[in-house]
Amino acid sequence: MSSQMSLVTTRRDEAQGFLERMVSRGLGWARKYSLFQYPFATACCGMEFMSVAGSRYDIARFGAEFPRFSPRQADLLMVIGTINLKQAPVLKRVYEQMAEPKWVIAFGVCASSGGFYDNYAVLQGIDRIIPVDVYIPGCPPRPEQVLDGLILLQEKIQAQHHKLIDRAPPSPDLIQGMGGRQIAEVKP
Amino acid sequence: MSEKALRRVADRFPQAVVHAYTQHGDETLVVDREHLVEVARFCHDDPELELKLPVSVTCVDYIDEKPRFELVYTLYSITKKHRLRIKVRLPEDDPVAPSITSIYRGMDYWERYCWDMYGIRFTDRVKPLKRLWMYEEFEGHPLRKDYPLRGRQGLIPERDIQDIYRGPGPGPGSEPSARSPVAKPSQLPVVK
Repeated sequence: MSSQMSLVTTRRDEAQGFLERMVSRGLGWARKYSLFQYPFATACCGMEFMSVAGSRYDIARFGAEFPRFSPRQADLLMVIGTINLKQAPVLKRVYEQMAEPKWVIAFGVCASSGGFYDNYAVLQGIDRIIPVDVYIPGCPPRPEQVLDGLILLQEKIQAQHHKLIDRAPPSPDLIQGMGGRQIAEVKP
Repeated sequence: MSEKALRRVADRFPQAVVHAYTQHGDETLVVDREHLVEVARFCHDDPELELKLPVSVTCVDYIDEKPRFELVYTLYSITKKHRLRIKVRLPEDDPVAPSITSIYRGMDYWERYCWDMYGIRFTDRVKPLKRLWMYEEFEGHPLRKDYPLRGRQGLIPERDIQDIYRGPGPGPGSEPSARSPVAKPSQLPVVK
């Protein structure tokens, strides 16, 4: 669209596009340095999260120091630890309660892929129920890895397109709610 | 060390004890399930035994044997410092055992665990029997040997993702002939 537009663009379009880009960059800059996180900590990775949030590694240096314990006030969901099938509806509900714009980090291998819990009770990666922006590997990951993942997310946020007033319809996931495929059935 | 305790129970209930043995310093009684409550009450109330601490009940699934399930009760005496293990064999078509929660209240969670993971039903319980860990929608009992290893029963549908590798189900090595033989308790040396 924009490439076609650029051929027949007027000075007015150019000026509007320039303004939108500047607003988007400014909003991206503001959003990437004020990530309010919701730590969904379920397992031993939570210890590593405490280390990252503590004074030695200090995630506050990157503007993400303020964990909000309500998903309605958060814009970064950190899923820290194993998610089993009993918890999966809870996690999905927490994600749906967060306001746009929102991002998700899968913290550690259990959240990313199920880890070594390949058994009857564990969800094999949270991307099977909610979209994920950054995966941090490790069992548990080093705090440096977490900071690296956070910087990756900041770069991603900066590159995204932000609007002052977003009139985009909500994501199809939210509308359908129960879209997608069935989890493997048990053979009798 | 607790051989005295073993003998005391075995002498008191000669008709209930199927088998009694010592292995690795653990004294073990195998009793009928009809007499389980009597034996447990005696263990709890007898002044010389004083086995007041219900350590655990768990279950073993000897899938290829005839009485398929075996409940393993572990009791401990804090005052006398001895330990006793009581086993009950249960057939596959009727995995029902009498509850001892009226004697040991702490066995409540353990009996719910045995129901959840192995499908052992307990009668005459103080509280109703329900699952301990899995959700109510879950079908089957996951620690039974014939439950599929990756038998996941999701509560919500998954998103459609193309490039997820879903591992295979129970592969070679899970059929009965490939399993390593299980030591039968009846082959162990007898004490009494």
